Amino acid sequence: MDMIWTGIVKAVDMLVSFDREIFSIAWMTVKITGVATLIGLCVGIPAGLGLSVSRFPGRRLIIALINTGMGLPPVVVGLFVALFLWRMGPLGSLHLIYTPAAMVIAQVLIVVPIIAGLSLAAFQNVDPSALLQARALGASKTQALLVVLKESRLPQMAAVMAGFGGAISEVGAVLMVGGNITGQTRVLTTAIVQETRMGRFEVAIALSLVLLVLSFAVNAFLTYIQQKGALEWRLHTWK
Amino acid sequence: MKSLLSLAAAVWLTGLTLFAAPAASPPLAAGDLILATTTSLKDSGLLDVLLPCFEAASSYRVKAIAVGSGEALRMGEQGNADVLIVHSPADEEKFMAAGFGKDRKELMTNDFVLVGPSADPAGIRGRPVLDALRAVFETGAVFLSRSDSSGTDKKERSLWKRAGLEPKGRWYLETGQGMAETLRIASEKAGYTLTDRGTFLSLTGRLDLRVLVEGDKDLLNVYHVITVNPKRFPETNISGAEALMDFLMSPAVQTFIGQFGRDKYGAALFTPSLMGPGDGPKR
Repeated sequence: MDMIWTGIVKAVDMLVSFDREIFSIAWMTVKITGVATLIGLCVGIPAGLGLSVSRFPGRRLIIALINTGMGLPPVVVGLFVALFLWRMGPLGSLHLIYTPAAMVIAQVLIVVPIIAGLSLAAFQNVDPSALLQARALGASKTQALLVVLKESRLPQMAAVMAGFGGAISEVGAVLMVGGNITGQTRVLTTAIVQETRMGRFEVAIALSLVLLVLSFAVNAFLTYIQQKGALEWRLHTWK
Repeated sequence: MKSLLSLAAAVWLTGLTLFAAPAASPPLAAGDLILATTTSLKDSGLLDVLLPCFEAASSYRVKAIAVGSGEALRMGEQGNADVLIVHSPADEEKFMAAGFGKDRKELMTNDFVLVGPSADPAGIRGRPVLDALRAVFETGAVFLSRSDSSGTDKKERSLWKRAGLEPKGRWYLETGQGMAETLRIASEKAGYTLTDRGTFLSLTGRLDLRVLVEGDKDLLNVYHVITVNPKRFPETNISGAEALMDFLMSPAVQTFIGQFGRDKYGAALFTPSLMGPGDGPKR
């Protein structure tokens, strides 16, 4: 118990004194997961939208694959990305292994199915009459899609949060493709593993606190936007 | 860490005139260099000091990947690394004989030790290592094995074999993890394990374990640096690999290795091979 307490005290100490290494690791984490989540958004939401409004052979198979992908074990993603990116692998000539770019690729593969799957579910929950009404009122196809997008924006936010949370908390894949290199590819999760195995628990605790605060800040921000939207929507329909 | 860095800087600056003159002036060949090395070496903190000095002096950027010696050699066999620092001599000789390596030089040594709880339930303290293993086997005291094809794991297996025993059973726990994790588990489970002295010293004060068997000639731990053969893999960065090898074997760095850890742990973690006390030229 003593160790936990002194660990937390030391950790807070390091945070208050803006320990440079901890904050550079945190910044690297934000950059990698931020980019991966943005790419995940740009791919996942159109994919979810497309699958919800279109009908074509193989659509159910794709949906089943996406749903499986939502639970894709990150270490499997890490292994395959590494196999492709290793110098002697099929994409070795790109020289991406052990770089932040490789970590973004792995995280995108983890995030896209999560966002696509949740956003598909969100679109399918939109009341079909909203779409009909929009069309009846003379909306073009694109305008109708925008209506669907707007109607489902609350669950869409949840999809983004789940994707971001999945990416920032993941350790197996980024360790395999990034290599946990000091100053280059070390992120919060891989640093926590490293410091724990080295027995430097106070550093590990400090890094964990940063990870929790980061995760909380991003989710709090997204929740704020989401709930603000929800309130407006309620007031609007109440009248 | 700060004192280490300043020490490194001091040694490096004195050595810079010797080393950097040929390396830094003519071709500023930049590029990434993949160094596959053992977890024990990475965990010792030595590379965290040496590699930034090398990068500053040479314009290469080193990606040090910590894996077991077995995996490091495999990365070399597949051309996925440029230079290796490993400690599994029998496998290294096979690697060189098969033509995967270009040059192989002895970098430094330290020794393996058997560590365990101070209560020492199997009574191995001060005994020769093979007798100690037999005592652990007979009493069924908890023993932690890396079982990850690392150099330490290979060493442990060869020792059991030479003791004429096949370790198996509820007392023999295989972690499949690196040295630091395995030591931590040994500490928590009050078990014995084989470790290199460097990793053990670097965890001083964080483990409830004692050195119980040491100094046996069977326990020498030799690290070699190997450049991967560019004839086999044209993709590899051979100029960078050779620059790093020359850097590691330079007198300034070898002297620094002989000092490393002395201020923090009271003893150096490694004995440099070029200037080890009383070491004649090797091989």
